[in-house]
Amino acid sequence: MQADTPAWIAAVWVTLKLSGFTTVILLIVGMPLAWWLARSRSFWRAPVGAVVALPMVLPPTVLGFYLLIGLAPAGPIGQLTQALGLGSLAFTFNGLLLASVLYSMPFVVHPLQAGFAAIATDTLDAAASLRAGPLDRFFSVVLPLSRPSLLTASLLGFAHTVGEFGVVLMVGGNIEGQTRVLSVLLYDQVEADAHVLAACLLAFSFALLLVMQWLGRRTAVLHG
Amino acid sequence: MAEPANTLEISLRLVRGAFQLHADLHLPMQGTTVVFGPSGCGKSTLLRAIAGLEPAASGQVQIAGERWQAPQFRLPAHRRAVGMVFQHSALLPHLSVEGNLRYGWKRAGASMALLAQWIERLQLAPLLARRPHSLSGGERQRVALARALVTAPKVLLLDEPLSALDAQRRSEILPFLETVRRDAGIPIVYVTHAVEEVARLADHLVLMDAGRITAAGPALDVLNRSDLPLALRDDAGVVLDAQVIECDPHGLLALHTGAGTLYAHGPAHLPGTPLRVRIQARDVSLALHHHDDSSLLNLLPAALVAWDALPGGQVQVRLLANGTPLLARISHRSLDRLQLQPGMALWVQIKAVALLV
Repeated sequence: MQADTPAWIAAVWVTLKLSGFTTVILLIVGMPLAWWLARSRSFWRAPVGAVVALPMVLPPTVLGFYLLIGLAPAGPIGQLTQALGLGSLAFTFNGLLLASVLYSMPFVVHPLQAGFAAIATDTLDAAASLRAGPLDRFFSVVLPLSRPSLLTASLLGFAHTVGEFGVVLMVGGNIEGQTRVLSVLLYDQVEADAHVLAACLLAFSFALLLVMQWLGRRTAVLHG
Repeated sequence: MAEPANTLEISLRLVRGAFQLHADLHLPMQGTTVVFGPSGCGKSTLLRAIAGLEPAASGQVQIAGERWQAPQFRLPAHRRAVGMVFQHSALLPHLSVEGNLRYGWKRAGASMALLAQWIERLQLAPLLARRPHSLSGGERQRVALARALVTAPKVLLLDEPLSALDAQRRSEILPFLETVRRDAGIPIVYVTHAVEEVARLADHLVLMDAGRITAAGPALDVLNRSDLPLALRDDAGVVLDAQVIECDPHGLLALHTGAGTLYAHGPAHLPGTPLRVRIQARDVSLALHHHDDSSLLNLLPAALVAWDALPGGQVQVRLLANGTPLLARISHRSLDRLQLQPGMALWVQIKAVALLV
């Protein structure tokens, strides 16, 4: 292997940490958001839905560019974080985490939204008439019935964060052990030899999507 | 009017697009009230509003003196002691039959005895470990009934519980509905658009049309009132209370009714058993004289009251047999040929008497 081992290990660690935290945060933020998108009849549903879906079509550099402006010491988020004593988030792991959460949001929110929308209103009404309050219904009916969507959302959110590149480069830079993730390391090594790393990322993504296909079929069989 | 403590008082309004629900009802705290009306008349919406499942409904709901809804006050659905059975049963798909039964039972804090009682009465013991998707439509509704009843509700609300079932399944579950009606000891509000279910189950009847109550009262009175749209339907008829006099070896029952003695085929019953029978207007014909040479068993003397013209050259004749209302459907031509007049004494020939229980 051409890459020196410590750099490689550091990049794997940063990537796993980033993807893991991003997925957890997105599940926590995404569940109420997806619930609202699936069930609300508010006028704001369409605009909010469009904003959530934006990262799917936006060039990552555009998102990265605006985030960089926002996170900079003079930017609105930068001023807020400084006022809170957190300093500027640009070129830090936390800044990268914020960017990843925004960038991977549709990949977590959409499967959850589809899962929540598939739950029959009658089922929830029945639970209510059986004395289950709103929170009780969420934990005793909605969550168990959305287990396949939760798994899909987690896998997609994680995988998509592992695969991000443009936003990372714009917001996080390329600081070893802090913000240098695998995709950026690979970019650095294209001139040298990136074969092993590229093949590993390809294999990882394929394996993950394969698992999702299997899960999808199993769920279809169970509910069919 | 009954004491507030003994009634279910409902006064609800709801506007949804062009549809307006406008319902004021005082229902007794015992027996089965059937809410009957065509699809889209708002009967299901009314039921859901009583259960607290229609957030847009405003007004009042008070049950046996306990306030569930009032202006500026609305108890959420999960705080109302209702037992609700949905058209498609709405069992929780991720739980077994037992899990479904225990879901509401546990939350309502009802007794173990109640749970065991309804499992036995509705014969659910063999189904407890099964998943909802492996049950037949009839079995699902039985589970849904038990699931609602084990929460010790103050009122049982049934939203077209038989409409998703075929005739075979329907006849399987009707005896269980009778059991519930007899043993639940709580008022039942039953929504349907099927006349047979009305005639068989109703103690009280509420008719609805386009979001409004068009008639309400004791079931037989409302069913037999000829001034209501119900009386002009194709399957119009009267329902009579009857009592078995005797049962012959060929399975023919002699029945004592307000209109006179009637004969009907049906399962054997002990003398004295109370039953209900339904006589459809199209099964009744009229004669000026008594004919002994007819094969018809059911011949009764009656007085003609009046008639209503129906589309298609027919008339529906209202009669009183021994003070009990009957309906006959005859052609306009027969009306002219027999020169029928209000007040005339006639013989009523009944081709079919349907037993309802």
